[in-house]
Amino acid sequence: MSDLTATPAIGLREAAAKQPGGRALADHPLVQLTLVRFREFLREPEALFWVFVFPLLLAAGLGLAFRNRPPDVLKIAAVTPQLADSLRREKLLDVQQLSPAAASDALRTGKVALIAVPGAGGSVVYEYDNTNPEGRTARMLADGAVERAAGRVDPLAASDRLLQEKGSRYIDFLVPGLLGMNLMGSAIWGMGFAIVDARRKKLMKRLVATPMPRAYYLLSFLLSRLMLLVIEVGVLLGFATLAFGVPLRGNFAELGALCVLGSLSFCALGLLIASRAQTIEAASGLMNVTMMPMWVVSGVFFSSQRFPDTLQPFIKALPLTAVIDALRMNMLQGGSLAQLAPQVGLLSVWLVVCFTLALKLFRWR
Amino acid sequence: MPALRIVHLRKTYKDVTAVDGLDLEVRTGECFGLLGPNGAGKTTTIEICEGLTQPDSGEVEVLGLQWRSHANELRQRLGIQLQETQLAEKLTVLETIRLFRSFFGRGPQPADVIALVQLEEKQKSRVGTLSGGQKQRLALACALVGDPDLLFLDEPTTGLDPQARRQLWELIEQFKLDGRTILLTTHYMDEAERLCDRVAIMDHGKVIALGTPRELIASIGVEHMVEFSAAGRLDAGALRHLDGVRDVTRENGSIQMQVTELHRAVPALLEELDRQRVPLTELRTHSATLEDVFVALTGRRLRDE
Repeated sequence: MSDLTATPAIGLREAAAKQPGGRALADHPLVQLTLVRFREFLREPEALFWVFVFPLLLAAGLGLAFRNRPPDVLKIAAVTPQLADSLRREKLLDVQQLSPAAASDALRTGKVALIAVPGAGGSVVYEYDNTNPEGRTARMLADGAVERAAGRVDPLAASDRLLQEKGSRYIDFLVPGLLGMNLMGSAIWGMGFAIVDARRKKLMKRLVATPMPRAYYLLSFLLSRLMLLVIEVGVLLGFATLAFGVPLRGNFAELGALCVLGSLSFCALGLLIASRAQTIEAASGLMNVTMMPMWVVSGVFFSSQRFPDTLQPFIKALPLTAVIDALRMNMLQGGSLAQLAPQVGLLSVWLVVCFTLALKLFRWR
Repeated sequence: MPALRIVHLRKTYKDVTAVDGLDLEVRTGECFGLLGPNGAGKTTTIEICEGLTQPDSGEVEVLGLQWRSHANELRQRLGIQLQETQLAEKLTVLETIRLFRSFFGRGPQPADVIALVQLEEKQKSRVGTLSGGQKQRLALACALVGDPDLLFLDEPTTGLDPQARRQLWELIEQFKLDGRTILLTTHYMDEAERLCDRVAIMDHGKVIALGTPRELIASIGVEHMVEFSAAGRLDAGALRHLDGVRDVTRENGSIQMQVTELHRAVPALLEELDRQRVPLTELRTHSATLEDVFVALTGRRLRDE
């Protein structure tokens, strides 16, 4: 039927005929679809901000706010030079020598926690508020210093081992939480908005009218997500280790595998949310309803253990809880994948169930 | 073998019968037009042919193949333009064409298709920055990337300004020269008259007339339409009996006469108005069009103005 002479004006059939047989990998539909996903993402400045910059700002801000301070030094006052000298041997005390009147004044106004005054017969009197913990601590420290200066020998040798390791600070707790939150947000928003937008604009219907394999369409979302994941996780963890020295004690490959599994589970959830929605408003409502509870209860900013015991089984069943627990175990405690079997199993169930349901419900137009 | 054969096609949505027992045959190499008002069932029909909508009953054979058994092969051989697709705004023209081209096993190079629809200068521009006419030409290019044997165009020029429409018509005329079969829907009678070898006029899900534009116009037995307004009371009944006048209808204060012989009817009309002492305020005549065919068949206009 197409053996007509191609006219010079058009020449499309000629052009089609001279098309060489082989084609480059770049022209594979899956590659093209994935490239499209990338381009659409990179050309959306808001998306770039929320996925890459926002988590960094959050980590930096919270890291600064909750940074660990050096141990507190207690301010006290002594009214004689001898007492002041004895007390200065205790490093945790900041001792000033004041006149009796000035010392009382400083104690009353809270500038010092305690004042040491010589008593009758070489004794020492401590003046402090015993309802104030700082006062009581100062009393113990000061008395120890004074007694030792007067020649007391402790019958038992004691030494301190200080536990201020990296890994137990708030920023260490926070970074895996933020990483989990980021995995969830980028996957669900990335899938949800793009799919519903394509459906609303009838672009999806147009694509379905071509010979495009439908599985490739969905696969392109997963592929582009996984590639962006490398950048996303790299940026956040790189920043956290360089700026705050957050430890990465677990196996790197296992950490990578956890991120991939988490991201895929959230992609499946996002796909399910987007499977039927026709408008951006409907989809965005569904996404918020899904994500908001997890932001609160899954332990992003504080431990999920703070919620009542009766709620714990539900909280533990949420995918974000599983992801964050697993990330913390890997990063902070160096837990192996085998130890994380419950979380990995739970995420796999979410992945399979959501993906199956989403494919069943998915509306292509 | 016809390019497209539709037998007793029927499709009902909830309470509306969109297609009501439609029979149609499109011959290979012709440009066939489905002409009708909004809601006549044109889009439902074409989407069933495109494999996007399931019919309730009836048979559709496209290029001799059935959707049930040869969906993939059909998709490779059809070029499709949907009515309201918005292509991805953030992609460039070239990226869009490369994407669509990648789905097809054969076809021209993206650059050739872009040249064909005269978008070379825009190939690096984002789709979001194109004008309506350019977007429509891009949509057409997306339909052509697979070197289709059969092209479906659903209202290709709706919403375009006259210049953009003419540009698109010229493109479509070129495809016809290329030997492609085209099925297009439109509610513009001038579009159908200019582009289509044959036209089916649809109304309420049925074909109410079928033929070449010339045949259809001839079928109402009227060659000209005379439209006039007059100041004062007029006895329209008397006009029916004038020489060369076939029918008279009144519409929004103006009067329409279906006329077989213009050179006899106009002098007779002027004489009659003079006799009734009613002065003429406006007088227009035009050759009968497909619009007039539709009016003659249904008593309604194609577009509600």
